[in-house]
Amino acid sequence: MTARSPLGRAPALLWVPALVAVVFLVVPLVALVVATPWASFIDDLRTPEVRAALWLSLRTSLATVVACALVGTPLAWVLARVEFRGRGLVRALVTVPLVLPPVVAGVALLAALGRSGLLGAPLRDATGLTLPYTTAAVVLAHTFVALPFYVISVEGALRSAGEAFDEAAAVLGATRWHTFRRVTLPLALPGVVAGGVLAWARSLGEFGATVTFAGNYPGTTQTMPSRIYAVYLDDPAAARTLAMILLLASVGVLLLLRNRWLTPGAAA
Amino acid sequence: MSTPFLHARLDVPGRLHATVTADAGDVVAVVGPNGAGKTTLVRCLAGLLPDSGELTVDGRSWSTPHALPRDRRVGHVVQGRDLFPHLSARENVAFGLRARGVDRRTARARATTELERLGVGALADRRPHQLSGGQAQRVAIARALVTEPRLLLLDEPFTGLDVGVAATLRVELARHLASYDGVVVLVTHDAVDALTLGTRMVVLEDGRVAQTGTPTEVAARPRTDHVARLVGLNLVAAADGAGLLAFRPSAVTLSPTEPSGSARLRWAGQVSQLTPYGDGVRVGVRTSTGQDLIADVTAAAVAELLLQPGTPVWASTKETAVVRYPVDA
Repeated sequence: MTARSPLGRAPALLWVPALVAVVFLVVPLVALVVATPWASFIDDLRTPEVRAALWLSLRTSLATVVACALVGTPLAWVLARVEFRGRGLVRALVTVPLVLPPVVAGVALLAALGRSGLLGAPLRDATGLTLPYTTAAVVLAHTFVALPFYVISVEGALRSAGEAFDEAAAVLGATRWHTFRRVTLPLALPGVVAGGVLAWARSLGEFGATVTFAGNYPGTTQTMPSRIYAVYLDDPAAARTLAMILLLASVGVLLLLRNRWLTPGAAA
Repeated sequence: MSTPFLHARLDVPGRLHATVTADAGDVVAVVGPNGAGKTTLVRCLAGLLPDSGELTVDGRSWSTPHALPRDRRVGHVVQGRDLFPHLSARENVAFGLRARGVDRRTARARATTELERLGVGALADRRPHQLSGGQAQRVAIARALVTEPRLLLLDEPFTGLDVGVAATLRVELARHLASYDGVVVLVTHDAVDALTLGTRMVVLEDGRVAQTGTPTEVAARPRTDHVARLVGLNLVAAADGAGLLAFRPSAVTLSPTEPSGSARLRWAGQVSQLTPYGDGVRVGVRTSTGQDLIADVTAAAVAELLLQPGTPVWASTKETAVVRYPVDA
């Protein structure tokens, strides 16, 4: 099964727990595949609620990636290229949502952007707009949790691309903006793509912050995970179908990123 | 008195305090040991490192007000590879023109011409990773020259190239530099570069200029151990403290006992190393006063004297073979 190592056999104390870990990770996924009602899979997909949830998840996750790219790329560049006081603090603050429980993120978003929130109240007074329980709120919640992944990935790529090329461009007469567009960004593109895929995956699976801040209304704020949660008690079979779709999407993400993370030593 | 084409008084606290001047057409060879400040000097001239000095190039001040790198007319070729990896050779060369507002078609045409001038026109569509070290360095030089810089900075342009490639490129570069009307600053580790390409030589040591002059002058009367080693001369302080003595390794005689004759300078010491050199052997001798000397002797002499590292020997040379000059002439 394995090539014999010149250092001797792998000790049972290591490989047995390793086997346990693999079984633990793989069995639920296999169970899901087995339990999926494949016979009715296509029909389940065709119900209006599922189609609405699928369509909403697709739109909001793509909008999230766009939002991350628009503000996350500049933030990553500033963190990687501009020296300023408090840079470490900003980086730490930006990464807080990485470890924040999603429900807390939802509550925090309500506190900021809710009807009577810190920014939400003046916004409502000025324009009459309220954000919570709208599709826009879904995108905001997703962006809040996905942005740190994106920024960290892109900042890493910008740092590893190094400043030597930026300097070469500057000496050749390029402005910083020209350099960013023509040199820095193209060289960091693999990191940008990886960050985008990560943000997309994070958005697709987001549940806690979304239900808290945007609610769970079919058609406007009910994404796939919210739909699974809503139907599980009444219709476990439909829930498994939906879960299967998300599993397939996740595997797709993994395949997209395989060159980056599944090859030992290739990680950025 | 007219201002020179290049007048630089560079000041980076703790790293560099150097004044360099040159006339149009000069090639200033900058030599010095590692950490002497050569790259710091080049980066200051390019505007990549802040310094509090004065810098005037071709009648314009680049220091008051401080000019950004992009506003200086500088070409910079660094050791190693800094061609943009995502652009073809032609796009790399066209980059500086495009950045300065030249339209795409003109930029491409001029880039192609410049690549042809440097003998790499056929490689215009290749990416840097598809180029050999020598080809990549030619593209880098084309990229620097195409923007018509007033100051061309070459930071060890031959480092990392095969010996043969470096030799060819050196000859070609000499030809291109002959028709160049700005100032070239050439940082090098190699005495041959300095002597063949340079019209002036600046020796840096500990961030300060230790010696300047024409390469021939500096090579004949080196004032630092580093340059003496570069040009293959022995350099010792005169015993009476009045000046420096330089002499060739081939003028050094080794003997097992103290040589007689008053007209000889002599040092007792130990053999520190032996390396093949031409037809003979280059013997390193560390004197009892801690001075390192080199002596070129025949293989027969090495065998006869039973020389090996640690062997006590006397090194001596005739007064007539020694050039004596003051420390700070």
